[in-house]
Parts: sequence; structure tokens; C-alpha cells
Amino acid sequence: MSRSRVPASRPPWPLVPFVLIAVAFLVLPFVALLQRTPWAGLGDLLRDPVVTQALQLSLVTSLAATAVAVVLGIPLAWVLARMRFTGRSLLRALVILPMVLPPVVGGAALLFALGRRGLLGEPVYEGTGFLLPFSMWGVIVANAFVAMPFLVITVEAGLRSVDERYEDAAATLGASRWMTFRRVTIPMAAPSVIAGTVLCWARALGEFGATITFAGNFPGRTQTMPIAIFIALERGDRDAAVALSLIMIAVSLAVLVPLRDRWLAV
Amino acid sequence: MSGYPGQWAAAVLIRGGLGPATLSRLGLSRFGLSRFGLSRFGLSRAELRRAGRLPAVVLIACAIFAMVLAACGGDASPGQSAPNGGGAKAVTGDITVFAAASLTDAFGRLGKDFEAAHPGAKVTFNFAGSASLREQILAGAPADVFASANETNMTPVVSGGEASGSATPFVTNQLEIAVPAGNPGKVTGLADFANSKLLIGLCAPEMPCGEFGREILSKAGIEPSVDTNETDVRSLLTKLEAGELDAGIVYRTDVLSAGDQVNGIEIPADDNVVAVYPIATLSASRNPSTADAFVRYVLSTQGQSTLRGFGFGPPT
Repeated sequence: MSRSRVPASRPPWPLVPFVLIAVAFLVLPFVALLQRTPWAGLGDLLRDPVVTQALQLSLVTSLAATAVAVVLGIPLAWVLARMRFTGRSLLRALVILPMVLPPVVGGAALLFALGRRGLLGEPVYEGTGFLLPFSMWGVIVANAFVAMPFLVITVEAGLRSVDERYEDAAATLGASRWMTFRRVTIPMAAPSVIAGTVLCWARALGEFGATITFAGNFPGRTQTMPIAIFIALERGDRDAAVALSLIMIAVSLAVLVPLRDRWLAV
Repeated sequence: MSGYPGQWAAAVLIRGGLGPATLSRLGLSRFGLSRFGLSRFGLSRAELRRAGRLPAVVLIACAIFAMVLAACGGDASPGQSAPNGGGAKAVTGDITVFAAASLTDAFGRLGKDFEAAHPGAKVTFNFAGSASLREQILAGAPADVFASANETNMTPVVSGGEASGSATPFVTNQLEIAVPAGNPGKVTGLADFANSKLLIGLCAPEMPCGEFGREILSKAGIEPSVDTNETDVRSLLTKLEAGELDAGIVYRTDVLSAGDQVNGIEIPADDNVVAVYPIATLSASRNPSTADAFVRYVLSTQGQSTLRGFGFGPPT
């Protein structure tokens, strides 16, 4: 009953203004968005095929990009965290380059690499006629390119915090490296793996610049939600743009809020 | 202070750097934030301490509450009417010109010439699709001059009272089919736009170049098989230059500026449309004398001859 309060649960007073500013800074734009929302037209908009197509495409492509990032990113994160070799910091810098690059530049780079006249794209196109840009596959590639670094650095940090002695113990008990990776390393790094996956998915869902540059914009094929929002704004249809943004926010919150409590609590 | 918590929570936020001037610049003054008298707000240490004694959740709730309250305040405060620089008539200082993407090269040159003619004046450009620029201006972006690639995007700016006076047509532009160097898709005319085997790009219908392109195709009775609706003419041009598209409809001036990376194919005069570009000084300009001077320079014989050099036609 009379348990004394944990001192850390109360912020030291110098922090308070900063907390308030931080919250206001992050929340104010959304309050403004809510204030502008045309609630009456929301139902009609949700039934608009352009919107449903864009939403569906956004969900499918962001999830597919996340899957690609998990499959390719976790092994890469392990190499960065566990192996010692010259050029490791250079490799890490290269791998997180898409984070600092303006996404539009990333999209253009993808075009030069995988486009019809691209470094790798040209021989593939000549041989098979398969073309990434202007297709749903292009959207997935652009999303994965921009979002994967978020997974890689998060997982790498998580793997570094795993005590390697547990892995050594597993090895002395006869576990193979693959078994150790699967049964010891990954479970111990699970919170960061999940955090990285969520971060990566969120980044992929909101991706705009690389997608529009690499995959273009065509309703039902490459027009994701962020692009549909941009186009609605360009059209001068602020109501539609706001309503679409709200739908995106709702979808993201529906995923992020439950996850946060269950998995990401520190 | 006996005021309700939201009031000083808001004050803390505002004192953190979000001044009323900044807010009104962002178009928030109409939310009535100034009713809190924030510019004169002083918080004592005691008040800040009191803030520290409340659980964080309460503080956050207060902050959100204050903002919602402010947002719902509705009735506008007068805000600050644009300070017009104390009536300085000299052509000097900085101006920002928002100009259609298709003007990138021509205005880049005009800006340099203008600065050379008026030492002390500095012109900064924001080139983008006219529709984006229109939205930015209507949202209160700090611009002095707006040059649009069509009337459609200028009209709301003028009717919204954002332009000082009316808009003046200053150039015309023609549209042309653009294909990558060497014409890999063997495009010969508008009819090829219906070929689904080719990779066809247009500007999005919301953009001037997209509006014109579709008008041309419908005049010619062609249903295009479009692969991408680019958001401005420059990004369409970039994809054509890279050879990632087989054909697109862009401005004649863009074909010229791309040099030998793209080839132009003329559109028959019967199908073609003429794009009329309007320019206007904006009422929010903080340097109207220099802004006016820039517009006059664009319309002057010298400015017009520069624009002709980039392939633009005379205003009709």
C-alpha cells in the first residue's frame, strides 16, 4: 500500500519543457491533420477504387519489401556484428547509405542499375524481357532498398548486445553454428529483430521518393498510398489528401500500438 | 498562475521556439493561438517546478489538450499583415521565385542576368511542378513571384488574394513528342502512344504538361497506353534521357535543353496546343519592389529575347 514511488517514474524538472516540446513537435502536425479531416466524405473515399487499390498495393509491397529485408538483412547484420575483417566499417557505411541518400537519388540509382538500360537491368531485359521499373516488383525493390538499412542497423545493435558467452556455451555443448544462430543468437536478439522489422516496414509503407523515381506512378500498378496522397494534393484536392493520410495513419497505428507494448518495451 | 493547465503547457511549447510569428507564417494564426498572449508569456521558476511535479502523462495530455483547444478556437486573430519593408523602393535584397519546372534553365539564366543588372539583388528559385508550387503558395510559403506553366494553377492563387494584382502572360510553349536518343521504340508520331508494347510516359493529369498531353492525344483520337504518370516534366524527361521510356509528351523547350540525349518529334499543328505561362508578384512578398522589378525584367525586351533563346514563344 504505502510503497514509496520509484524515483525514476517522475521526470527531473529540467526535462519537462523538452518533453513537452518534443511531444508537441511530433503531435501538432497530426492534430492539424485531424482538424482538417473531412469526416463526412471519409466513407465514400474508402470505397473509391483508386484508394482501395493504393492501400492494397501499399500493404502488399511494404510487407513484401519487409520480407526481403528480413531474409537478406539479418544475415548481413550478423556479419557486421560478429565478424572482424578489414573494411567492415566501410561496408557498414555503404550498407546504410540509402538512409542518408535522398530517396529520389536512391530511385535514380536503382534506375541506372536495374532499369532497361541499367548495369544489371540491361542484360536481364535483353535475355528475358523482364522489366522492374513501372511494375509492382519495382515498388517492392524501391521499398526494400530504402527500408532495409533500418533493419540492418537495428539488428546489428541487438546482436552486439547478446553476450557471446551464451553462443560459446552452445558451441561447447555440441551445437552447430547454424543451430546456435537459430536457437541462441536470434531468440536473444528477438526484441531488436522485431523492432528492426517494424521500423523497416514503417519506412517501406511511407516510401515515396525512390518509388516514384524508380517505379513511376500508375493507379493500381505502382501508385502506392503516399503517391496517391501527393497526387491528390497536386490536384488541389486537400480533403482527399488529408483523408488518405488519415487512413495511412490509422493503418500504421493499428500495427504499431499493439506491437510496441508486447515486444518493444525495453 | 491560476489559468488552466493547458494554457501554460502551451506557453512552454511556444517558448521553446515556436513563436507566434512562426506559427502565423505557417498559417496557424487563424487557429487563434495568439489569444494566449504568448508573446508576452513569462513563466516563473515556481510554475516550471509545479509542472515538474505533475506526472508526464498529465503534461502530455495538457499539451495535446491545449493544441486541440487552439485548433478548435476557429475565429481568426488578425495576425500580422505582411510587413512591406517600410516602403523601400530600391531593387535590392533577396527574393524567392517559384517557377514551373519547365522554366528551370531559362529562369536560371534570367536570374543571373537580373542579379548582374541589379547589384545587391539576389534571386533564389524554387522549381517544381506548377501544382506543387500552387499548393505551397496557398499554404503560405514565403515566395515573392510565381511563374506557372498554365492558367489552371495560377487562377486559385489570384482568386485567393495571394497575388498582388493580376497575372500577366509572359511566354508560350509548344509541346513535342520526346524519345530517347536513337529512338529505340521506333516512334513516329502520336499513334505510337496507343502501342502497349512501348513504354509510354506522360505527366500526371494534374500537371500542366499532363493536361496538355492528354488534350493533344484526345484531339488526335488516341487512347494512350500509359506506363507512368510523372509528377513533373523534368522527371519525365529524366526517364526519357535514361532510355527507360520509349516516348513521352514534353515541352519543346525541354527537348532543346536535353540536347542530344533525346530527340523531338513534332506534333501536327492541328493536334498541338499552346501553353500560356502567366507570372505574378505575390502579395505576401517582403520585398515587393525587387519582386516587381524581376517581373518587369521577365517582360522586358532583354528578358524576352533570353526566353526566346531557350525556345519559348512570345506571349499571345
